[in-house]
Amino acid sequence: MTWPPDTMQRAEAVLAHYPERRSAVMPLLYIAMREDGRLTEEGMRRVADLTGMTSVQVESVASFHTMYKRRVGAHVVSVCTSISCHLLGGREVLAAVSDETGVPAGETARDGSMTIESVECIGACGGAPAVQVDYELVEGVTPEKGRELCRWLQTLPPSPSLREGEESSRPVVIRSDDLQQRFGGRRSFDAGPPDPIGAVGPFPAFGPLGTAGGGS
Amino acid sequence: MTDRILTTRMEAHPADSHTMSRYEATGGYTALRKALGMKPEEIVAEVKASNLRGRGGAGFPTGVKWGFLAPARPRYLVINADESEPGTFKDRQLLERDPHQMIEGAIISAFALAVNHAFVFIRGEYSRSARRVQQAVDEAYAVGYLGRDILGSGFALDVTVHLGAGAYICGEETAMLNALEGKRGEPRIKPPFPAVAGLYAKPTIVNNVETISNIPWIITNGGAAYDAIGPEGSRGTRLLSLSGHVVKPGNYEIVMGMSWRDLIYGVGGGIRSGKGLKCWIPGGASAPWFTPEVLDEPVTLDDIARLGSMAGSGAVVVMDETTNVVAAALSIVRFFAHESCGQCTPCREGTTWLQRILERVLAGRGRPADLDLLLDVCDNISPGLRWPPAMTTICPLGPSAVSPITSIMQHFRDEVAAMIPGGVTAGV
Repeated sequence: MTWPPDTMQRAEAVLAHYPERRSAVMPLLYIAMREDGRLTEEGMRRVADLTGMTSVQVESVASFHTMYKRRVGAHVVSVCTSISCHLLGGREVLAAVSDETGVPAGETARDGSMTIESVECIGACGGAPAVQVDYELVEGVTPEKGRELCRWLQTLPPSPSLREGEESSRPVVIRSDDLQQRFGGRRSFDAGPPDPIGAVGPFPAFGPLGTAGGGS
Repeated sequence: MTDRILTTRMEAHPADSHTMSRYEATGGYTALRKALGMKPEEIVAEVKASNLRGRGGAGFPTGVKWGFLAPARPRYLVINADESEPGTFKDRQLLERDPHQMIEGAIISAFALAVNHAFVFIRGEYSRSARRVQQAVDEAYAVGYLGRDILGSGFALDVTVHLGAGAYICGEETAMLNALEGKRGEPRIKPPFPAVAGLYAKPTIVNNVETISNIPWIITNGGAAYDAIGPEGSRGTRLLSLSGHVVKPGNYEIVMGMSWRDLIYGVGGGIRSGKGLKCWIPGGASAPWFTPEVLDEPVTLDDIARLGSMAGSGAVVVMDETTNVVAAALSIVRFFAHESCGQCTPCREGTTWLQRILERVLAGRGRPADLDLLLDVCDNISPGLRWPPAMTTICPLGPSAVSPITSIMQHFRDEVAAMIPGGVTAGV
């Protein structure tokens, strides 16, 4: 199996941004996650081919970082429990989210709908406690709002994988501003105008990698 | 008297401070035009004269760092946007609300340092910040502030926005360079320092987002004008992230020199629900804690250091009188245990042991000997328990985990002892 032509084009464009091919391993791993909805052996082999690294070298980079996930649900709910969020109830939010879904921190729901995790500081301390869904931020979350967020996630239709043909069905887009409006409270700072771009899976939404959804 | 440098635009124009049109309409990119008419060494001299100190945590003078750059080519500039020190969220605001300010600073810096390729290393969780910066980079390319022959000067610069993937340690500059080279983000033994052998073993400068964002103002107004703001050793303004049990958490751009009392009770609005102040962390999770007896001391880099802590990343985390300090310390120790890259034994093993001991103390299963054991483990990570810490490790991550422990043992030892069955009679 290889990546479809438009993905390969994107990968080559990413490689062109670096003086050495190996330097593109991190962005290419995100592209691999976008292709398969998670990080797979095959995706890592593809990244190895593109960068001139061995599969083991690619895996050693992937396993160093928490965001390259081998096992992950359709969405990842990350609850911050670092110091500022800890002081303002981050652990209670995490407990509520786990209780609501029956999914312990660090685990994935049986139906694959979501992964729940406790994360270290996500730079939203002024709006603590903070949560991210697919790395889209929502600040000022209460335990009850955390429960609501999980119930809402469970109602979302499953995102189609690229392999099944993106043209036929538009993926669900998770946007920070939507989350904030529905489930958030105090923010760290005035975020300015809404961002129309959002996440389409459990990886960061970033245009140059083709991992983003929404917009015009 | 200038009291703000970095946040005036975003404050005055919240709807579009991140756009090229607003940035240019408010004086943006005029510093770049001025800089391109200067000699590179003149720009370095202005930055040296400004006495700007790095805003990432170490507080090293930026102009001095630039002066270490070895002559070899090519050279690289890496902007450290891997903000992850618990309590810190200032760079996110600069990235999302005024990305052109940082990009203009990057272009000027690159010109001064003879760099033709700069990287912005943004932590993966800051996806929105990365989108804003990429949008600004695209705008800058479109009008010729980036790319070949910038404004007809013959100078060329490419900027690559690089997303991290959830490893705090990549904020350490040599770990960041390894990550950019496609390796595991493990810190390197120094020397050589990046200015001599950095990215691809070429001369490289790594500067924090806030540091670089100050450069346009310094070029427009001159290094001497910057050096005239704030007390000696803490020149310019500083963006402080205030969080925890304060009434008004947020990022505040201040001139240093005010008292902690004015910062916490004035700027921060005091403690929530009228509670009393127990302690605070003056400069991010790595910093030793302060207690109310130093409330009237000034907030400057040198005064914080004199009192045995550090201004670090500018993160002030405030704890009220109801705070369980063991649970708070555990939150920080758990962070460092999780983020240890595992290269050095004192850090890899020590942070994990500190976490385990605190967990059992918190669960009411502590042993009287744990009081001394905690400090003994700390002493093995950072011998002598001095500040600044002695190093047994490649990078400061391990010694940073010692700070919360020595803080609670120095200020709240009886509280810790009271949580241990038999602890009070055994050891205080």
